Amino acid sequence: MNKPGYFGQWGGAYIPEVLYETFRELKEVYAKAKADPAFWQEYLDLMGSYSCRPTPLTHADNLSRHFGGAQIFIKREDLNHTGAHKANNVMGQGLLVKRMGKTRVIAETGAGQHGVACATMAAKFGFACTIYMGEEDVHRQRPNVFWMEKLGATVVPVTTGSRTLKDAINEAFRDWVSNMDTTHYVMGTVCGPHPFPEMVAWFQSIIGQEARKQILAAHGRLPARVYACVGGGSNAMGIFQGFLADPEVELIGVEAGGKGIETGQHAARLASQDASPGVAQGYKTMFLQDSDGQMRDTHSVAAGLDYIGVSPLLTDLWEKGRVRFAAATDQEVMAALDLTIKKEGIIPALESSHAFVQAFKEAGALPSDQAIIINQSGRGDKDIFTIAHAFDDPSWKEFIRKKGEEYAAR
Amino acid sequence: MQLVEQLRAARTKKDILLMTHLVLGYPSFAVNREVIRQMVANGVDVIELQIPFSEPMADGPMIIKANQESIANGTKVADCLAFAAEMAAQYDIPFLFMTYYNILFKYGVEDFLRKAKEIGIRGFIVPDLPPEEGEEYLRLAGEFDLAPIQIFAPTSTEERMRTLAGHGAGFVYCVARRGVTGSKTEFDASFDAYLARCRKATDLPLAVGFGISSRADVQILTGKADLAVIGTATIRLVEEKGPEAVGPFIAGLRSSDKK
Repeated sequence: MNKPGYFGQWGGAYIPEVLYETFRELKEVYAKAKADPAFWQEYLDLMGSYSCRPTPLTHADNLSRHFGGAQIFIKREDLNHTGAHKANNVMGQGLLVKRMGKTRVIAETGAGQHGVACATMAAKFGFACTIYMGEEDVHRQRPNVFWMEKLGATVVPVTTGSRTLKDAINEAFRDWVSNMDTTHYVMGTVCGPHPFPEMVAWFQSIIGQEARKQILAAHGRLPARVYACVGGGSNAMGIFQGFLADPEVELIGVEAGGKGIETGQHAARLASQDASPGVAQGYKTMFLQDSDGQMRDTHSVAAGLDYIGVSPLLTDLWEKGRVRFAAATDQEVMAALDLTIKKEGIIPALESSHAFVQAFKEAGALPSDQAIIINQSGRGDKDIFTIAHAFDDPSWKEFIRKKGEEYAAR
Repeated sequence: MQLVEQLRAARTKKDILLMTHLVLGYPSFAVNREVIRQMVANGVDVIELQIPFSEPMADGPMIIKANQESIANGTKVADCLAFAAEMAAQYDIPFLFMTYYNILFKYGVEDFLRKAKEIGIRGFIVPDLPPEEGEEYLRLAGEFDLAPIQIFAPTSTEERMRTLAGHGAGFVYCVARRGVTGSKTEFDASFDAYLARCRKATDLPLAVGFGISSRADVQILTGKADLAVIGTATIRLVEEKGPEAVGPFIAGLRSSDKK
């Protein structure tokens, strides 16, 4: 029998005493909501009327033909309101915040998608909102910062540590231990202390529930493989849950290979040999850390995957052999992104493009009567600065130069 | 003698005991050595040695910076153990380790506690390890006769406090307020009510920390708590005025010792 909040040997709730009562209340509200069918219906109605659920499953026939193997289907989480699967989680937690009677939400963000989603939820529900974002990510994802501020959130650039996602999580916790009476911490992924991994996975399970029905309708049977990128792991857990009970469906998580596993500059926890068991940020999982237990710097072109740890649920599924892990390098990601834009007119986020890389590597070897699903967790237009820079696009650079001159002249 | 007995004996001679804190390797072990010398010479009763960790979730800006810079300077856990061994051998007062759980976990909890016992460390403060997650740690601390210091917070219910105290030894660390280390604490009526709840929940000595930085603060705690914990204040002092300022600062925190 597992301890509550554990998945195999992974997970737990390594929290400071000052938050003990806060977590007790959260677990209670979550358990009540889970046991109440009216809550899930309220959630579905909200996601149907405010977001764009169910999101479509698109048959990518051009890409399928291009690789000459399996039929490629894309689950379109990019068509959610705010452009990513993050909306599923924040709207769900927003409903819980209302039940708890709290008036303020805080969140960490890496790519900024969770921050934008959270600020959107706060605007809709009338909560005050503060978003913690690593200073490095503030620079990488400036358009999302603009939208968070426009939505009424305060964006706090985090200057401690490596100035990325893990440091934003630490700062959000530091805020929470001061303001827990009024404030809920909307953790953006299936990580952190119990009940966050399980609770966020529950809200994200909507992806897999839909995808399973949709593939059966479109293809007549289950897919051979399902691909999802893995930062913390929320979009992956979301879609995988639709197929966990089907052993014939292979599940593949794709991590950030960065500049290549061999360079050490990556964020591949389970697809490399570089991670080891540890406890940080409130939970036990495989972390990229040194022999003393100090967390290492990670690297990815995709801010949302640039993280030291990974969901305890996924680590458990990896350990049990249910989910296979692979890594995609920054360079491979740009090529897959370019191909998807050209062939399908679809712009995946840099994060999601990692899943496309691995699917493209494998699609050609599968027979054409089989299907695979790629979870497109988000849309790529937010990444315009990074993508344009990576493509070294001359006309974009000229535009930015002119804009700069225009502002400088004022 | 067990830590709790030693503290009770010290309390019969002083109105309030002082526990100080420093981050190992920040700004350097040489400065740590001098700071500890001055602390002990000026009557500090217990010293908390923080082994730096890259993710110090419960700490405020000053101690975060100290953790980060110590690691950036190359401080290893092995260096911290060697330094702690040297201090524990040199001075009579109890030394404790404060750190986050991953440092113990990665080293191996049993190996770490055995090593700590060997070098003369008397107890541990691990802010991210509640008793529910610390079964192995609590059992081994009992076996090695190390005090697993438990933490009370203003948000802890009386029932929770009794549970925590049941797992603790040495003393209980009462966090004076919500929030992280290093900012000001208001000692108002609700603080007094909180300390009264702490007192009711346990017979162990009570240490109060978070935001204790002056003689006035220590005076307020005198008669209410058994130990006053000075953390960020000395780190800031060393930063601003150098290690030589620590002695006079510590000496000035208590008016005069009773009896």
